[in-house]
Amino acid sequence: MLAVVGTVPDDDFPIVDGIVSVNKDSLLIGNHEIDINRGTAALLASAFMACRFFGKPGPTAFLVGDTGRGFGSRKLYEYLVETLPERHYISLAFHYIQPDVDWHNKVLFAIDEMEARPLLIADAGFMYAAKMSGQANAYDVFTPDIGELAFLADESAPHPFYTRGFILHENQQAGQLIERAYAHHNAARYLLVKGEKDIVANKSGILDTITGPVIPAMEAIGGTGDIITGLLAGIISAGYNIQPACSMASRISRMAGKSADPHPATQVAEIIQKIPDCMELLIKQQPAGCTCDY
Amino acid sequence: MGLLDIFKKNNKSADPHASNDRGIMVFENTSEVIRAENVLKHNGWRVRVMGPPPEIRTGCDLVIEIPLIEHLNIHRLLAEAGVSPLKTVPVSGPLLEPVNIFFTHDFGDFLMVRAANMKITIEKKSLLIVNISGGGCPDVPYLARKMVGRKLGDAPSPRSIGHTLCGYALDMAYEEIKKQCLQ
Repeated sequence: MLAVVGTVPDDDFPIVDGIVSVNKDSLLIGNHEIDINRGTAALLASAFMACRFFGKPGPTAFLVGDTGRGFGSRKLYEYLVETLPERHYISLAFHYIQPDVDWHNKVLFAIDEMEARPLLIADAGFMYAAKMSGQANAYDVFTPDIGELAFLADESAPHPFYTRGFILHENQQAGQLIERAYAHHNAARYLLVKGEKDIVANKSGILDTITGPVIPAMEAIGGTGDIITGLLAGIISAGYNIQPACSMASRISRMAGKSADPHPATQVAEIIQKIPDCMELLIKQQPAGCTCDY
Repeated sequence: MGLLDIFKKNNKSADPHASNDRGIMVFENTSEVIRAENVLKHNGWRVRVMGPPPEIRTGCDLVIEIPLIEHLNIHRLLAEAGVSPLKTVPVSGPLLEPVNIFFTHDFGDFLMVRAANMKITIEKKSLLIVNISGGGCPDVPYLARKMVGRKLGDAPSPRSIGHTLCGYALDMAYEEIKKQCLQ
């Protein structure tokens, strides 16, 4: 089973811990209804689609309201420290949250207390905290975009906001940035780099590059990266190996993007709705025999 | 103009980075840094927001670099504005500089600007903000909700309603796209 940790942009939203479902453009959890158009809700909706496709229960969500002041995030960190040791998950995905190194480390300690360590996926603010804590290699997958990859590659940057210009420059090749991120121990066991080309890599180098279909408008649409991370989390929790799961998540996301025929003003919910059909199409093309490696 | 005024004006225009007597003001959170920066710049102080030195980093941090010799004047001004720093400490080593590179992508009818990890996209004809993407701090979805669908220049600035480094980066992208489209 998959669990996802993140925030919603509403300071009045309490800590909620439960299984999610999706109804059209809304994420449903308990008696709450959340717009799936951005952030962790977009990730959860995509993960839900993947879980449902494989006949698995919907993901469990640990959510709290936070509009950037960090109050909700700190409550959620505390809740995770208290709760996680008694829980059982195949994979655990961390997403939008106020980066806080001390609390991040406490959460990692709580995960160590779990009976079986889940596969750990980090994106967004939690990935920033993981890198800054120096414990990136405790994670199984990071899902940065190209700007965030530059941040991972910059050993002195505590946040993408401080990535040094010579590293951030567009002429830097993704392969060099990946190499640099691993050289300084600032990458997870696998990287799924989201961009014009999606790249799957580990410390040995680039394992797969997904180049098509090319949908340039996707770069501008808020939440398209969240779709990939959500799909990845859902596919991994269904038992796929990390590397093929990364490639599949990328391809399904691109196919869904193409199917939605987006322009830069398209909202991400339109793409999420296309996921089930695209999964059907892609999975039928997969060779049999994908098994777990964890 | 009295002697004190002459002294104040001269020091306001002094470049704090040219001096070794630099200090940083540390605040409770990034929102307070942004408020303090607004107060100081509004009053003519040339200060910079920077990354804190490693020993005081907690996660999503900014500090304000000041000339230490002006600490009392600056502190008094901030106290009057209700945004006092937690502490002021001297610095000797280099501080991290915020990103200052922008990438622009022209989609034809739409224009996107990226600063660090944040992207903002507008429709050229209407100047409507159509999408905000990137980032990882929790004010990003909040900022997107408040800004998408609003016209460039009419939307609330991330500086005024954001709270994190991602919000600050989005503000830089927002100012850059305004510069490209409104000037």
